[in-house]
Amino acid sequence: MADIGTPTTDASLTGLMVRLQTGVPGGSPGLLGLLLLLVAGFSVAVPGFASTGTLQSFMQQLPLLGLLSLAMLMPLITGGLNLAIIATTNQCALLMVFVMRTLLPADPGGLTVVGVILLAMLAGIALCLVIGLLTGALVAYTGVHPILVTLGTKSLIDGISIFLTRGQAQSGLPEAFARVGNAALGGVPVGFLVLIACGLLMGLVLRRTPFGISCAMIGSNIEATRYSAIDTRRVLVGVYTLSSLMCFVAALVSLAIFNSASADYAQSYLLVTILAAVLGGVDPFGGFGKVSGLMIALAILQVISSGFNQFGVSPYLTAAIWGLVLIAVMTVQTIRPYLGAFGRPR
Amino acid sequence: MTDPVPFLRLAGITKRFGGVLALQGIDWDVRPGEVHCLVGENGCGKSTLIKTVAGVHPPTTGTIAIDGQPVLPLTPGRARALGIQVIFQDLSLFPNLTVAENIAVEGHLEHPRRPVSHARMRALAEATLRRLDFALDPDATVADLSVSERQIVAICRGLAAEAKLIFMDEPTASLTRAEVNRLLAIVARLKADGIAVVFVSHRLDEVVEIAERVTVMRDGRVVGTWPVAEVDQRRIAHLMTGLDIEHGVVARDMSAAAPLLEVEHLGRDGEYADVSFTLRRGEVLGLTGLLGAGRTELALSLFGMARPERGTIALEGKPLQLRSNRDAVDAGIAYVSEDRLGLGVILKQSIADNIILAELGHLRGRLGLIPGARRKALAAEWVKRLAIKIGGLDKPVGTLSGGNQQRVVLAKWLAARPKVLILDSPTVGVDIKNKKGIYDVVAELAQAGVGIIVISDEVSEVFATCDRVLHMRGGRILEEVVPGALSEHQLEARIYA
Amino acid sequence: MREGMLRRLQRRPEVWLLAVILGVGAILGAAAPGFLTLGNIVDLLETYAVQAIMAMGLFVVLVSGGIDISFAATASVAQYVAVLLATRAGLPGPLAIGAGLVIGTALGCVNAALIHFVRITSIIATIATMSVTFSLLMYFSGGKSLYDLPDWWTGRVVFWQTESPNGDLTRITLPIVMMGVAALGTWLFMTRTPIGRQLYAMGGNPEAARRIGANIGLLQFVAYGFLGFMAAVGGLLQAHRVGESVPNALYNTELSVLSAAVLGGASLSGGIGSVPGVLLGIVLLAMLQNGLNLLGVSSYFFQIVIGLTILVSTAITVLSARKRRRHRNLDEPLGTPIGGAPRQEPARG
Repeated sequence: MADIGTPTTDASLTGLMVRLQTGVPGGSPGLLGLLLLLVAGFSVAVPGFASTGTLQSFMQQLPLLGLLSLAMLMPLITGGLNLAIIATTNQCALLMVFVMRTLLPADPGGLTVVGVILLAMLAGIALCLVIGLLTGALVAYTGVHPILVTLGTKSLIDGISIFLTRGQAQSGLPEAFARVGNAALGGVPVGFLVLIACGLLMGLVLRRTPFGISCAMIGSNIEATRYSAIDTRRVLVGVYTLSSLMCFVAALVSLAIFNSASADYAQSYLLVTILAAVLGGVDPFGGFGKVSGLMIALAILQVISSGFNQFGVSPYLTAAIWGLVLIAVMTVQTIRPYLGAFGRPR
Repeated sequence: MTDPVPFLRLAGITKRFGGVLALQGIDWDVRPGEVHCLVGENGCGKSTLIKTVAGVHPPTTGTIAIDGQPVLPLTPGRARALGIQVIFQDLSLFPNLTVAENIAVEGHLEHPRRPVSHARMRALAEATLRRLDFALDPDATVADLSVSERQIVAICRGLAAEAKLIFMDEPTASLTRAEVNRLLAIVARLKADGIAVVFVSHRLDEVVEIAERVTVMRDGRVVGTWPVAEVDQRRIAHLMTGLDIEHGVVARDMSAAAPLLEVEHLGRDGEYADVSFTLRRGEVLGLTGLLGAGRTELALSLFGMARPERGTIALEGKPLQLRSNRDAVDAGIAYVSEDRLGLGVILKQSIADNIILAELGHLRGRLGLIPGARRKALAAEWVKRLAIKIGGLDKPVGTLSGGNQQRVVLAKWLAARPKVLILDSPTVGVDIKNKKGIYDVVAELAQAGVGIIVISDEVSEVFATCDRVLHMRGGRILEEVVPGALSEHQLEARIYA
Repeated sequence: MREGMLRRLQRRPEVWLLAVILGVGAILGAAAPGFLTLGNIVDLLETYAVQAIMAMGLFVVLVSGGIDISFAATASVAQYVAVLLATRAGLPGPLAIGAGLVIGTALGCVNAALIHFVRITSIIATIATMSVTFSLLMYFSGGKSLYDLPDWWTGRVVFWQTESPNGDLTRITLPIVMMGVAALGTWLFMTRTPIGRQLYAMGGNPEAARRIGANIGLLQFVAYGFLGFMAAVGGLLQAHRVGESVPNALYNTELSVLSAAVLGGASLSGGIGSVPGVLLGIVLLAMLQNGLNLLGVSSYFFQIVIGLTILVSTAITVLSARKRRRHRNLDEPLGTPIGGAPRQEPARG
């Protein structure tokens, strides 16, 4: 009985989380409803919205943001943040372009191209591994808040990229790369398939592996997790490494989309990834978050974006509306427990 | 009795949190300049009562009068202005600020327009410290002070705010006897100045010596108030619990059992030194002494979380090199922390995940994935074996009572099948019935051959569970006591000597 | 006690920072002849005045235990709207400036409301407001810059000037003076007013602040409102300095301002930091950027330096703090249990 009056922010949060977990309104089903509502609304309001063309562009635009959001998800669940995901993605893409451009002979044979591409990917993975391990080690072993650590790594990585490229976009990818990257299987773009695969994998890792469960536990109470004989430092290193590896996949998709790489591609996505995660039910205090919620949130954002786009609304206004949606959803989540039981102790 | 007009009078105070009645019809008073003890088990409503008087929680019904004047509604600011100060167990100090500013901080609230003068804060702090005859550098940062020094700062803050009634929540919990004596001297000074002091405690301790009256609370109600002379330890314990619990002595002679954990000359700088003992299979060994005697630090070393700098640990004759608590768990040593809410359970997460946490690595099936069924089965098994009352395995642990939360922690460690189980203050915040239940679990485990170390500052607890008791002080083992050969009272006298 | 003073002094990050600055200054002065001249130093001050003013605001929020990412967007909005009012609506100077300041403060208060009433963590709340305000600014402005600022706005205000023998003109101008005023004001506010001290208290132990009766909501509004105000001041001054209003000119300065504040010893966990420290943080970053420029190192290199400074400085602070912990005397009581997790108070009894 000793816990009845525990600090109430805790109690109401617990209540909120129970709600999110069990999926009553406010959880995924609520979001799913919002998504359906939006799709229906746009279909009625925007002529030609409900078309395969829209679906196609939806599937083409979602992967990059989706993969970046997946990269943000795991740090968020452990109660941290990774502000360096975009920087990592861009630097990885730059490195891969550099490797391909440098190693590719003037008139390459098919096998050489494949070899060079594989080599470039290897280099990209290696870079992301190094970045992830370093970031993770800094977060885990210094105890400095991840915001600060990744602010530093972001600045450093961006700085190195900009310094080396003088801020110029780098192109010169082999044609084969773009061809594979922009291919479609049964009408579904490869990028979208990659996103689905990564999402499923991440979902599996989060829900069904000791590592994933440890992540959630760390997000709720890192000390208690450490006292439960879990090597929290190793888990944290793993989290940032995985986040960084997700950036490698995002870099591949980004290369396929832009056919080039630059230090300032997709910079505006950084905040959108956090927004999508929080909208998707990830607890910004850590401990809870599902891939499915994130994916639905991403779909909502993308639908808003394509709908308004077809309306002819500026992308800037769309970004503003995204922010407002986040504030609105969080407001509803905060207020709901108080609507039920008025006069609860503060 | 023809009482003087009470300084504080509560009448019919009821406090409801959601569906739970935390306080029910409290009638209670405190006289001016009185030293009063408010005792009750953890969870009996003492803290809620203090917070109600301090204006933190508005009461659901009832009246509060100060100097005969009704004062509701009460805010924290109003309560302070009326001379009520609460020194919470965590002291509520500002670690980033200096001693002087911590003492003078309420001046910022009382005079919101007056420029802050560091010289004035310093002068106030020095004057207050002098009132208590205590030397402390007013410019020191509070984060750098010891616990007892911080307590002095907290008391000074109350004095500086011209308190007429000071509540002290578990003030002696982390003090040595010498420090307690100093505190008692300070309280005597306060009393001489006409300031009433209410000690709030979950046990009847040394502060009773200087108290005039004792009030006992149970289950959100006031059982009654008596002059100190009319009650004794046993009577109070009975009143607090409503049960006539005589745990009795369970000590067995285990010297014939095989040695399980052998510790020799273990030491760690600044924490404990030259600790040697042997824990036998199926034995329950008590580790008692004041907080800060090095008990918890020793336990953490046995659990692989603080490497000892000297000495050896051997389990079943094999020397152990513990680099992490994972090593300890794999070797068969588990540790239940005293800080259940901070280090034991993870409140927001599910009961199932809390229980399987230490066993995650062993649940892996194909492809390194944990089969959902196995996860559930393991958790369900232990919920059943420890008779944990739950609403569902997926409910957050935060929805359980203190006793059941503690069982979840036990389940987590028992699921790892330990050979040695270290329980650090296992019944803090656990009500009396659950306490008994946890003692039963301890006895059962010992029966099954597990070696158990019970760390506790409640002598009655170690007497009720242990075969032998080690008395620690200042990081060293002072003596070994066999419950029964020495009475509870005698051991208590030695601990506080 | 004297020894205590010395040790306390040693522990202040400002002291270390000053030592580093002097060291870096000496090196740069020796390596780049133009560095340690009066003219260069004054130029440097003027260039960084806007960032320093915004850092003062951010410092207050950091002390209160929060963080704010949105102030650069706030500054841009305040600046752009004020310029619009002055040029398109023809508002007189004081009114246009007043409107800009009110807008900045109001945007800060929106953050405070989201944090206090809606209970969104400060970083998420300010990320959201930043994305909303900046996007709306870009949408409504169409990204167009305004060049036709009125003369009263762009005219140089010189408080003091001197000419060196070789004809170089050194001027103390409005931005430098405003920076001084802002720093002094913030310092007085945080050290001499009850509200400022309560902000420190709240940052150090919010629960205790609530218990002694501090008005947490009010304090949040003061902190974020103050930052909004300072951001607006910075935004208006920036337009004064460059003579135009570019909607995204200040975009991305938030990170370097934050780095400077953290470098200057303001703690992200709240309650710790000082105005001189933050100023020194700005000075160090400014010196590095300017010095590297004078040395002919690409300006692109600067971001790398910022990143490294953040990482190194925070790591050092944390590691040195950790070193101080641990051992107490064997025969003295130990304070908190080892592992020192925050103890949660049991609810009742």
